[in-house]
Amino acid sequence: MAEQIIIQPGADKPNQDVFAETLQRLAETDRNIIAVTSDSRGSGKLVPFGKKFPNQIVEVGIAEQNLVGVAAGLGSCDKKVFAVSPACFLTARSLEQIKNDICYSDHPVTVVGISAGVSYGALGSTHHSLHDFAVLRAINNITIVVPADNYETEKATELAAASDKPVYLRFGKKVMPSLKTDNSDDFMFGKGRVIAEGNDVAIIANGETVYPAVQAAEVLKEQGIHATVVSMHTIKPLDTALLAALAAKCNAIITVEEHSVNGGLGEACASWLLQNGYAKPFKIMGIPDEYTVTGSQVEILNHYGISKEGIAKEVMHLISK
Amino acid sequence: MTTKELKIKSIEYRKKILKYILQAKAGHTGGSLSCTDILNVLYNDVMNISPANFSSPDRDRYVQSKGHSVEALFVVLADKGFFPEEELNTLCRYQSHYIGHPTRKVKGVEQNTGALGHGLPICVGTAIAAKLDNKDYRVFTLMGDGELPEGSNWEAALSAAHYKLDNLCAIVDKNSLQITAPTADVMNTDPLDEKWKAFGWAVKEVNGNDIDELRAAFKSLPFEEGKPSVIIAHTTKGKGVSFMENELKWHHGVPSEEQYEQALEELNGLLTDISD
Repeated sequence: MAEQIIIQPGADKPNQDVFAETLQRLAETDRNIIAVTSDSRGSGKLVPFGKKFPNQIVEVGIAEQNLVGVAAGLGSCDKKVFAVSPACFLTARSLEQIKNDICYSDHPVTVVGISAGVSYGALGSTHHSLHDFAVLRAINNITIVVPADNYETEKATELAAASDKPVYLRFGKKVMPSLKTDNSDDFMFGKGRVIAEGNDVAIIANGETVYPAVQAAEVLKEQGIHATVVSMHTIKPLDTALLAALAAKCNAIITVEEHSVNGGLGEACASWLLQNGYAKPFKIMGIPDEYTVTGSQVEILNHYGISKEGIAKEVMHLISK
Repeated sequence: MTTKELKIKSIEYRKKILKYILQAKAGHTGGSLSCTDILNVLYNDVMNISPANFSSPDRDRYVQSKGHSVEALFVVLADKGFFPEEELNTLCRYQSHYIGHPTRKVKGVEQNTGALGHGLPICVGTAIAAKLDNKDYRVFTLMGDGELPEGSNWEAALSAAHYKLDNLCAIVDKNSLQITAPTADVMNTDPLDEKWKAFGWAVKEVNGNDIDELRAAFKSLPFEEGKPSVIIAHTTKGKGVSFMENELKWHHGVPSEEQYEQALEELNGLLTDISD
């Protein structure tokens, strides 16, 4: 049975706030933790961090290529580096530095994409990151993690700080409610977190789309359709054991992500399932390959059906095929 | 090491660079020959880097931003004892670590490079780490003049001056030629000294193929307290082999057996001319 869901938007915090608080807590006892920012400490909620640890924050100004290069240089000197910048710039403009300076050279740097997806809403496509999963999936030696709620964010930040390998963490700006009342399950990179259980359909989501997926599962339950909802916070390495289990028990699979439908969570799941003999009714929900509709984050997501009602409707459509 | 000994080393390095490029049937000949003296002086006279201290946090750091001149680096690292020189017989061969750009799979290499405009930002981070840790090590990066239009260099140049990184030294191997044409024709970066000065760096210009001038410049680091230093090293692409010098086609030209023999003859001839 599903855990009771805490449906109290506003009771918790944006994940990027929790990231900053967690980093500050870790930095208290680990003076090798360094945040590198590109005029992004405000949006990254790192102003208190900078005040408390002026020797553990490096500002490079609005210069993302240098941000990542400097982060790699610090990482080569045994620093645990968090390079924090809006995901749209960080994973596009400085992609070559992520690929070569961090991943290929194998330095312990966590690349932190803030205000990701369509968090910036009406600021438009320059400020949206709908490509980051796709480009980073194709780069060797980086773990890609998209926490859904404050608990996952705190754990992911702790694990990234303890890792000696490149990590990408992606956060949005929206207040994220806790997904489970019992967080005694161990959070691990590469191990999806089952939020709700049911045998009719598996809804695999990540980041800020997990919560509407959970809400959709509640709607579906009222209609007698039982959904498993998974926070697949780690896109790479993908939890293929969980995928196999979901494919074995559920009649259909739907993925939901705040990313282009090309190259992200959905295609990662589809690729593995198809190559391993699982042919199920399958749907990828995300932002289609078009000029993204204008509006706030919620309006954009609603427009493309990434909402409680939209996901429920898509599930109904999928299982009726 | 005396100047004479260093001069002999430069000639021996050049001979080996050509030997392994000939064997591999690949390599960046002209640029490796232009920066040979710079690497020679850095590794044998300036930097505190050796196989014995390479895992020490106190070692100096060297990142070769012009990664394509890797043959010069590999020959020098072999000479310093980081690996047996015969391993260079696998240069650019299937499954060899000795590929056409530096990788950390090769002992002595700090950073994987090859894409241009990456060395200086990394070195800024490394130099900041030294300041944060109150360590005395110094950070060196070798850049080509052809890679200077990469904007990331100037992002890094700004930040190096902002953080007063006088433990950082960039060397521009200004051989004035790149793959297409003379650098001034492809994208002019002159007056180069004024650009670096405007970005807050202390600048010295030397003949980058003159051991004495290089030694003197490195000895006077930092050129100004509180400022990063840049050495604009005026060099000759293809230095040491008459028919390769200042010839565009030797950017990544591979010599024939006959050309290799002729080059060796010329380089051996230079050995007899060396004075103290």
